[in-house]
Amino acid sequence: MAAKKKLMQGNEACAEGALYAGCKFYAGYPITPSTEVAEIMSVELPKRGGKFIQMEDEIASMAATIGGSLAGLKSLTATSGPGFSLKQEALGYACLTEVPCVVINVMRGGPSTGYPTGPSQSDIMQAKWGTHGDHPAIALTPAYVQEILDETVRAFNLSEKYRTPVVVLYDEIVGHMREPITIPEPGDLEVIDRAKPDCDPEDYKPYDDKHLIAPLAPFGEGYRFHVTGLNHKEDGFPTNDSEMIDINNRRIMQKIDDNIDDICKNDESNLEDAEIGIFAVGSTSRSAKFSVNAARKKSIKAGLLRPLTIWPFPDKAVGELAEKCKVIIVPELNLGQMVNEVKRVAAGRCEVVGIHRVDGEPIKPAQITELIEKYS
Amino acid sequence: MADRYEIRFSGSGGQGMILAGIIMAEAASIFGDKNAAQSQSYGPESRGGASRAEVIIADAGVDIDYPKATAIDCMLALTQTACTSYYSDVKKDGILLIDEDEVTDIPEGDFKVVKYPILRAAREDIGKSIVGNIISLGMITELTGIVSREEMENAVLSRVPKPFLELNKSALTLGFEKASALKKEL
Repeated sequence: MAAKKKLMQGNEACAEGALYAGCKFYAGYPITPSTEVAEIMSVELPKRGGKFIQMEDEIASMAATIGGSLAGLKSLTATSGPGFSLKQEALGYACLTEVPCVVINVMRGGPSTGYPTGPSQSDIMQAKWGTHGDHPAIALTPAYVQEILDETVRAFNLSEKYRTPVVVLYDEIVGHMREPITIPEPGDLEVIDRAKPDCDPEDYKPYDDKHLIAPLAPFGEGYRFHVTGLNHKEDGFPTNDSEMIDINNRRIMQKIDDNIDDICKNDESNLEDAEIGIFAVGSTSRSAKFSVNAARKKSIKAGLLRPLTIWPFPDKAVGELAEKCKVIIVPELNLGQMVNEVKRVAAGRCEVVGIHRVDGEPIKPAQITELIEKYS
Repeated sequence: MADRYEIRFSGSGGQGMILAGIIMAEAASIFGDKNAAQSQSYGPESRGGASRAEVIIADAGVDIDYPKATAIDCMLALTQTACTSYYSDVKKDGILLIDEDEVTDIPEGDFKVVKYPILRAAREDIGKSIVGNIISLGMITELTGIVSREEMENAVLSRVPKPFLELNKSALTLGFEKASALKKEL
């Protein structure tokens, strides 16, 4: 074990995870606190037959990432708040054109240029609603360095499987901190590759509505098709046919809705008999776990629900928590984003209170402990 | 060892505080058999400005959830600003190691203060002010015993470019020896 253990930074683990998943294309524009992902990919991809390109800005980076994927390569880009804002239009394009790709957003203080070296969790809602129109959203929220590696692999898997962009959201603390991790050997983690068509190129329909998710042909292998951000027909060409528009708009949502259990993933601790529930992600969930352990030592029945998939929102798990707890505490590094989702799901079944912080400092365990003790 | 052992390295940007944190974490978790989490906090500038790195160490198999310091067992301060800003988290009977030329306004508290002209020793005894962080690592290793001298030496040498191995080895040894003497006065 000692041979493979390595002290690694969160962002390094992200790059390792992408390479493990078979990422062969990276297009990006460096930005603190995500830059290490780009740095490592720029060194590693050329060695492995991949391509790295630094684009002129984040809009172009997102567009190039989509292009790389359409050419058949697993593609990645990494950014932070201001860059994530710029990527939104093309991110919506990837949702509608159903192009798999992974977008890393290492969250820093905002709004605008904000606080580059300070942690934040204020892009939670942006990851769901940053781009316009009804669209599918998958976003993952790792909290430990090992988990960043594992969840980056899972992000590629979900993206390839469901032909949709996947966002990995983690805060500056987790992105820059270092922990000893084990690099998986090939075969240790599942790696999913996209389904390719086996039909005659003449018969290929990239948006065939006989499939919930049609196979995606890489450009350059003989399959010619049209890709557009306009609502399109099964062959990819634009359409004004309202029935066709309706079918496609519903199908891209349905492919996520029908597979919620495959996409959602939670880590639970001390929830069996919990009366005080905590719902937290990223570095804040680490503070929460510390507080839960401290509360348990005082025989206070506190427990933690830590979603690794924040979008689609874990309605089922939060609903179960609301049934059994008298209160759900939602600490988050923003002024109230997840807390309203928890309130929506709890629907009055229990009290829901937030702890919010936007001064560039983490939520301290003492802040959570104080609230746990108040409700005990 | 308790559930967590907390160390904070503080100084100004460019003094190698983050590297010191990384080396301490590697000494504990890669060259030693403990668990460790290293984090940092710094401004947008790469030189100057307050810089701090924290390392939480726990026994192998013990999860380190909160990665930042809560009650510090040992803190290093290489500048007055860093000392004044960050000393208040040092716990009762904890150790505050200061550069005695730089930190003249020594905070009072129920912790132990260890004074040594770290940067001067780096400059004059070793000949490179840049190794102040390595001298500090040697001193902290000796003062805390949280990692062994051997684990620390392996960690330092694995991070240092070949031409500077001897330089860093001397700095580390100086740290071990000075702290060994100062420890007796605690």
